[in-house]
Amino acid sequence: MGGQCSVLLRQEEIAEIQEKTGFTSNQIERLYSRFTNLDKGDCGTLSRADFLRIPELAINPLGERIVDAFFDDNGSDQLNFKQFTQVLACFRPLSDSNRHNSREKKLRFAFKMYDLDNDGMISRDELLAVLQMMVGASMSDEQLSSIVDRTFQDVDRDVDQMISFEEFCCALEETEVEQKMSIRFLN
Amino acid sequence: MGPRRRTCPAGWLPLLLLAGAAWASASSEFLHPGLSESLPLTTTSAPDYDSPSSEMSSSSTSSPSTGSVAGGSAHHPIKHMEVMTIEFARVETPFMIGLWIFCSSLAKIGFHMTPKLHNMFPESCLLIVVGVLIGLVLFCTSTVHVSPMTPDVFFLYMLPPIILDAGYFMPNRLFFDHLGTILMFAVIGTIFNTLTIGLSLWGVGLTGLFGCETPLLDMLLFSALISAVDPVAVLAVFEEIHVNEILYIVVFGESLLNDAVTVVLYHMFEAYTEMGPSNILYTDILAGFLSFFVVGLGGTAIGVIWGFVTGMVTRFTDQVRVIEPLFIFIMAYLAYLNAEIFHMSGILAITFCGITMKNYVEANVSHKSHTTIKYAMKMLSSSSETIIFMFLGVATVSDVHDWNTWFVVLTIFFCSVYRAMGVIMLTAVVNEFRLYKLNGVEKFVMSYGGLRGAVAFALVLLINPRHVKLQPMFVTTTIAVIYFTVFFQGITIKPIVKILNVKRSAKRNLL
Repeated sequence: MGGQCSVLLRQEEIAEIQEKTGFTSNQIERLYSRFTNLDKGDCGTLSRADFLRIPELAINPLGERIVDAFFDDNGSDQLNFKQFTQVLACFRPLSDSNRHNSREKKLRFAFKMYDLDNDGMISRDELLAVLQMMVGASMSDEQLSSIVDRTFQDVDRDVDQMISFEEFCCALEETEVEQKMSIRFLN
Repeated sequence: MGPRRRTCPAGWLPLLLLAGAAWASASSEFLHPGLSESLPLTTTSAPDYDSPSSEMSSSSTSSPSTGSVAGGSAHHPIKHMEVMTIEFARVETPFMIGLWIFCSSLAKIGFHMTPKLHNMFPESCLLIVVGVLIGLVLFCTSTVHVSPMTPDVFFLYMLPPIILDAGYFMPNRLFFDHLGTILMFAVIGTIFNTLTIGLSLWGVGLTGLFGCETPLLDMLLFSALISAVDPVAVLAVFEEIHVNEILYIVVFGESLLNDAVTVVLYHMFEAYTEMGPSNILYTDILAGFLSFFVVGLGGTAIGVIWGFVTGMVTRFTDQVRVIEPLFIFIMAYLAYLNAEIFHMSGILAITFCGITMKNYVEANVSHKSHTTIKYAMKMLSSSSETIIFMFLGVATVSDVHDWNTWFVVLTIFFCSVYRAMGVIMLTAVVNEFRLYKLNGVEKFVMSYGGLRGAVAFALVLLINPRHVKLQPMFVTTTIAVIYFTVFFQGITIKPIVKILNVKRSAKRNLL
């Protein structure tokens, strides 16, 4: 499989992706082999259904949101390899930083998980929806809504019942997002 | 109020009783410091060693009671009622232990009240100094048992509270995130240090610089105990300087997990020295290698099992809330002892017992019990730590010393150099696989923070001088190394961390 992938992926494409994302060419080839594995229709692109066929992602409470995050930027419901790598580049460790994996980029990604309607603000309902996904049925609605209340009390500085991206960053100032939202991509 | 008041003496009483028993055995062992293998026979062997010190001490401790008993049985004199009597012998042991704890706590309070000392020195330095002062007083007045620091007291009563505290309040996520790095340093790093220090000392010994014969195996035995980073000293110093959490967990995790390697190497070389170098077969070396896995994984398994059982038992305590804290302490302690029975790593067992039980216990016990557990654990560990450092100070004064300047200087030199080399080499390997690369400053703090402490001291006291003729010199050297790391490195690490601008963490929440 590996040999076939390198044939399909041309040198100049690798170089282009390398420049844009900061992945090494080995990492890109590895990702490409993963990509073609996921691509059941052999059409060079991935659909939502392709992603949800990954068992770990399917049982992840935020699985659908994560998949959505891949498709958000380009509007279409197909994802080619370049777009795939660009989303993943967000999770590269920060040691050799470029514009794709900066702290802000990582926070943006997390923010997008909450911000369902893409208006740049997290509303109470959006936060509640994510909480419901995470805890499942083990907590009552009142408990969840009181958690949401507390969160808004702490985070919502201008008391407009919305969390903006700035407020979101403020709340996560103490958190080491650089480490928590990074993956070591194998060579 | 009633039930809560009851838990307090219930927790203290067994502790004091245990410590009292320890004291008794400790004092009797100290009388024959060179003959620790006669320990099980101390009662019968006492007449065999008519050294002046044992005679003096035994007469001074037991003469009042034996005298009165003998007199009483012979003549049956009528004992008239007295207004008051003094009988110190009966309460001597617990009273002395109480005094020790009292003194060390007072020293601690005093230390924190002084504004300048507190910022300049780590607490452990002061405690050692106080210990030395007390030791000097005891030495000059030649009071009977001057050295309470014996291996058994240390390993069975002083060490477990500190390690349990460390394991129970271990930041699990952080620990397991960096487990690969920690294991690398704990296993490969310690083996590397042991071999290099041992071989270097042996090599220098061949030139005759030390003025005594230095057999290879003895040197390796010594380097096995001196090369292990000590969890007590590391905790004592690193808790105060608040370096960033990754640095902290790597150094501290290493000090906890290297116990398995230390135990194996120590027992291995001890057995080899007893066998004699000519009788070692390659199967013995293979067995040593295999026993590393048994000691490490076995200790961990025992700890995890006891941890799960604790979680299980605390599910059923909702009717008797007052004994909840007891289960945590006693079961973790049993895990430690259980591992020690099989000569597995007790430190690993109690660490993993704490790590495992925490999640279940916190959900099962009442809120008040949990607060009690937290505070009691912090209190026990900080008092053991205090006492350990004081005892170290006391032990320095009273033991027979065999000072060998070159040996001491070179040991300290090799310890520091090989620690630095090991850190540089291993971080180079580890950084290949890490998300967050360890940079130069962190490497320096890691090598500089490799403090040696009481575990090394307790292990060196365990060496049998009959098999290892150099034991007195080893003891002195170990003390010197501990002093060097705790004083020199302990005092300088704070300013160095400031100068190098190491990323600091927000104050770690102690409770």
